[in-house]
Amino acid sequence: METYSFLRELADSWVLLALTLFFLGTIVWAFRPGSRETHRETADIPFRNDTLPCDKGCPDCACKTAFKFDLEA
Amino acid sequence: MTNYLKLLALGLVVFIAALAANWARDLAYQIHALIIMAIASGMFIWVLRTTDDPEPRIDASGYMDGVVRAGVIATGFWGVVGFLVGVVIAFQLAFPVLNLDWAQPYANFGRLRPLHTSAVIFAFGGNALIMSSFYIVQRTCGARLWGGNLAWFVFWGYNLFIVLAATGYLLGATQSKEYAEPEWYVDIWLTIVWVAFLVVYLGTIFTRKERHIYVANWFLLSFIITVAMLHIVNNISIPVSIWGSKSVQVFAGVQDAMTQWWYGHNAVGFFLTAGFLGMMYYFVPKQAGRPVFSYKLSIIHFWALIFLYIWAGPHHLHYTALPDWASTLGMVFSIILWMPSWGGMINGLMTLQGAWDKLRTDPIIRMMVISLAFYGMSTFEGPMMSIRAVNSLSHYTDWTIGHVHSGALGWNGMITFGALYFLTPKLWGRAQMYSMSAINWHFWLATIGIVLYASSMWVTGIMEGLMWREVDAQGFLVNSFADTVSAKFPMYVVRGLGGVLYLAGALIMAWNMWMTIRGGEKVTAPVGVPAE
Repeated sequence: METYSFLRELADSWVLLALTLFFLGTIVWAFRPGSRETHRETADIPFRNDTLPCDKGCPDCACKTAFKFDLEA
Repeated sequence: MTNYLKLLALGLVVFIAALAANWARDLAYQIHALIIMAIASGMFIWVLRTTDDPEPRIDASGYMDGVVRAGVIATGFWGVVGFLVGVVIAFQLAFPVLNLDWAQPYANFGRLRPLHTSAVIFAFGGNALIMSSFYIVQRTCGARLWGGNLAWFVFWGYNLFIVLAATGYLLGATQSKEYAEPEWYVDIWLTIVWVAFLVVYLGTIFTRKERHIYVANWFLLSFIITVAMLHIVNNISIPVSIWGSKSVQVFAGVQDAMTQWWYGHNAVGFFLTAGFLGMMYYFVPKQAGRPVFSYKLSIIHFWALIFLYIWAGPHHLHYTALPDWASTLGMVFSIILWMPSWGGMINGLMTLQGAWDKLRTDPIIRMMVISLAFYGMSTFEGPMMSIRAVNSLSHYTDWTIGHVHSGALGWNGMITFGALYFLTPKLWGRAQMYSMSAINWHFWLATIGIVLYASSMWVTGIMEGLMWREVDAQGFLVNSFADTVSAKFPMYVVRGLGGVLYLAGALIMAWNMWMTIRGGEKVTAPVGVPAE
């Protein structure tokens, strides 16, 4: 069989099926039990980390501010 | 030691560029070789003069925002340039005498038009996407940009690509693929820059402190990966000579056309849609001070968009040599695409639920909301125009131009303006933009400009579509092509005026950004709602 015909038949049979199932799977996965809490937590990400989280563990964490030059000026 | 290697490499680049300038087969290639020679010489001298300086100490305790600041400035600059060229070519169409005789062949419509499209899509839009991905990925990962100065390489390398592309068009180097006009060596350079972009982005995601990858990063990552794939496949060409800009495409005929519009429509889908949706999913919640309306919907929006968009390209090739099944496939997928697009629009708009009053008080939110409204309008108009029967009227007419501009000016432009107004005060440590009423002026000038643009193009597009197909009782065409051209004149003037308004708004923004960056006292910009 020609490469073109082979790929064409593969594309509109098994690959189509696989991609459709994968797509439906992503939707099912989004609604999986317990996803609500995860999604709430993930949706809040933009409101954390306005400054780089500090991994030095200092108590007052002055090292976290992005704008050093204008701190409480 | 590394400085010696740098000097060696830069010296080699200068030498090869000098050879290339000497042996160049055409003017565009020669000028490009000279540009590269000048840049590499400048870098050589700079490295040489600083070679004994102690290594600069980089403060890595905060986010890497210098490159984002540079990106904000570049976005504003290229926006003004791109809109200005757009206004010029709009008036060239209304008044052909503006194809100035003394400036031929460099400043005719044919050469300025790709300059305009590339300046707004790739220079303005591309810089907006790169700088906001760098900003967003750091904040949503809680990690500094990975790869150190590689991010700066991405910024300068991308802007060099733009300069090479733009000068190339004016000097006549083009491979005649719409939105992919740059010739082979510029394509190769962009590929290198883009891979570096992907590496910086993925590196930051891999080193993230947050457990989950926020949805904006999904969109931005899909934009980076897909654009890389599209760019490489659509630009497979063989240069006629390595000392010349001319190249020959490997695909031919209808295969080439299909590859081109697979690229072309997915440039819309992944550059102008997925990438800007990544911006939307970060900046809209941030400016509204509340999380996205439905995170589940954003996941479905993402996967549906990814799975559907990639098939929509053939709707650009209705009634051509492309087989019917392929153009039907493109049409069907384009229509299905309407649903996820509106899902995303609703998700963005409903993020304001409970905060609609901000629409009255916050001009930046207003800009973001109108951009979502235009996203909704153009993602309804697009599927409609992809239907074969509608396309038989709309194709090759100005309706298409109107559609593209309601998406580009309305959706991409407005969300970018919103992002610039959000970022400028934050990045330069100001409380807010220098003038809030100037943002209002910008909003109204831009909105009225788009309305004039889109409505005049609808009128003239449908009119010329109808004139082209009008036949008399004997079956002869009633109108000649020139009849449609003269009938379009008033609408062309209105379109040009719409462009002037849009440009005026952008100039006000540039002034406002300048004043914000220059003046005012430094304060830590207020940040949305605190966590938890």
